[in-house]
Amino acid sequence: MFSTGFTWNDLMFLLDGARVTVQLTFWAILLGTFAGLLFGLARALWPRLSLPLAWVLDVFRSVPLLIQFVLFNSFKSIVGLNISAFSVGCIVLGVYTAAYFTEIVRGGVLAVSLSVRRASRSLGMSYLQDLRWIVLPMATRVAFPGWLNLVLGVMKDTALVMWIGIVELLRASQTIVTRIQEPLLVLCIAGLIYYVMSLVVARLGARLEQRWQEND
Amino acid sequence: MFDYTFQWRSALRALPDMLNGAWVTFETAALSMIFGVLIALALTVMREGKQPLLRGFADGWVSIARNTPSLFQIYILYFGLGSMGLHVSSWIALLAGITFNNAGYLAENFRGGLKAVPTTQMRAARSLGMSAFQAYRMIIIPQLLRVVFYPLTNQMVWAVLMTSLGVIVGLNNDLTGVTQDYNVKTFRTFEYFALAAALYYVIAKAIVAVARLMAWRLFRY
Repeated sequence: MFSTGFTWNDLMFLLDGARVTVQLTFWAILLGTFAGLLFGLARALWPRLSLPLAWVLDVFRSVPLLIQFVLFNSFKSIVGLNISAFSVGCIVLGVYTAAYFTEIVRGGVLAVSLSVRRASRSLGMSYLQDLRWIVLPMATRVAFPGWLNLVLGVMKDTALVMWIGIVELLRASQTIVTRIQEPLLVLCIAGLIYYVMSLVVARLGARLEQRWQEND
Repeated sequence: MFDYTFQWRSALRALPDMLNGAWVTFETAALSMIFGVLIALALTVMREGKQPLLRGFADGWVSIARNTPSLFQIYILYFGLGSMGLHVSSWIALLAGITFNNAGYLAENFRGGLKAVPTTQMRAARSLGMSAFQAYRMIIIPQLLRVVFYPLTNQMVWAVLMTSLGVIVGLNNDLTGVTQDYNVKTFRTFEYFALAAALYYVIAKAIVAVARLMAWRLFRY
C-alpha cells in the first residue's frame, strides 16, 4: 500500500521549481521595493500632487493577479515586446508588490512625528539630510513588519505564474502528478516546501526585527 | 511594430454573460466570507482556550492557511480529495479553499481584535449570570466585530480576487471562467481580460464603498 512512484529525481524537479519560485520572489521584491519606496515617499511628502499615482496603484490592488498576468502577457505580444514569460512574471509581480509597498512606506513615513522632523531641521539639517538620517531610519522600523508580510505574500502569489506557462513549484508538482498519479502525496510535499520557505523567511525577519528593537 | 486592431465590440457583446459571471464571483466570495468568519470565530475561541488538542488544531489551521498559497489549498481540495475517492466539483473546491484561507487570515485578525476588548468585559458578563457562550455571543463578539471591521472588508476584497483562481481548477461560470471561455473561443485575450479586470475593479470598489456606508451607519454612537 505504501509503495510510491515518487522518485529522487522528482524531488529534484520539485526543488528546481522551488528555485524558480524563489528567483521570482527575489526579483519581484527587488523591483517592488525600489518602486514602492519612491512611490511611497512621493505619496507621503506630496499627498496632493501624487494622488493620481494612488489611483493607478489602487487598480493593481483591486484586480486579481491572475488577470494582471494574462493581460500583461497578451499586451506584451500585442506591442511585440520580446521578453520571456519569466520576465513578464517578474514585472507583473514587481508592480503588484510596489502597489502594496507604497502604502506601507507611506504609513511608515507618516508615522514619524512632525515634531521629530522639526527638531532635526532646527538642528540645522537640510531637508534631504532630515529625510536621509531621521525619517528613513525611523520609517524603516515601522514599515519592516509590513514589508516582511508582503514578501511572504508575494512568495505565495508566485504560484499564479503557472497560468502564463512558467514551471515553478506548484506547476512542477502538477507535472509529477500527471505522471505518477498520486496527487495527495506530491501536493503535500510541495506544500511542505512552501511552508518551510515561508517559515524560514518569517523567522529571519523576526530575528532582524528583534535586533533592531534592541536599543529601544 | 504595432499592428493589432482591438475588437472591443465583441468583448462588449459578452458583457451580459460576464456580468452573470461577476454575480457568481460575488456570491462565492460572500459565501466564503460568511463561512470564513464563523470558522474564524470558532478558531479564535479554540486558540484562547486551554484544551491542547483544540488549540493545536486551530494553530495548525491558521499556520497552514497563512503559509501556503491559496492556489495550493484549492489544489489539495480538488485533486487531493479526488485521489481519496471524494470527488468534489471545482466550485466546491474553490469555495472550500477560499473559506479555509479566509478563516486562517481572519482568525489572526480576530486574535488581534480580541486583545482590544478588555477582559473585564467577559468577567462582568459572566458575573451578570451569562453563560460563557452568551457572553461571547452578546458581549465579546459584537465588540470584536467592530474592531476588526476594516480588516474584514479587506479580506472580502481579497476573497473576490481569490475567486479568480477557480479557473485553474476548471470552473467556468465565474467571471474569470466566463472570460476564459470567451478567450479560448475568440483569442481576443486582451479585450476580454481587460473587461474582466474593469469588472473586478468595480466589484472591489463597490465592496469598499458599501463597507464605508455600513461603518458610517453602524458605528455612530
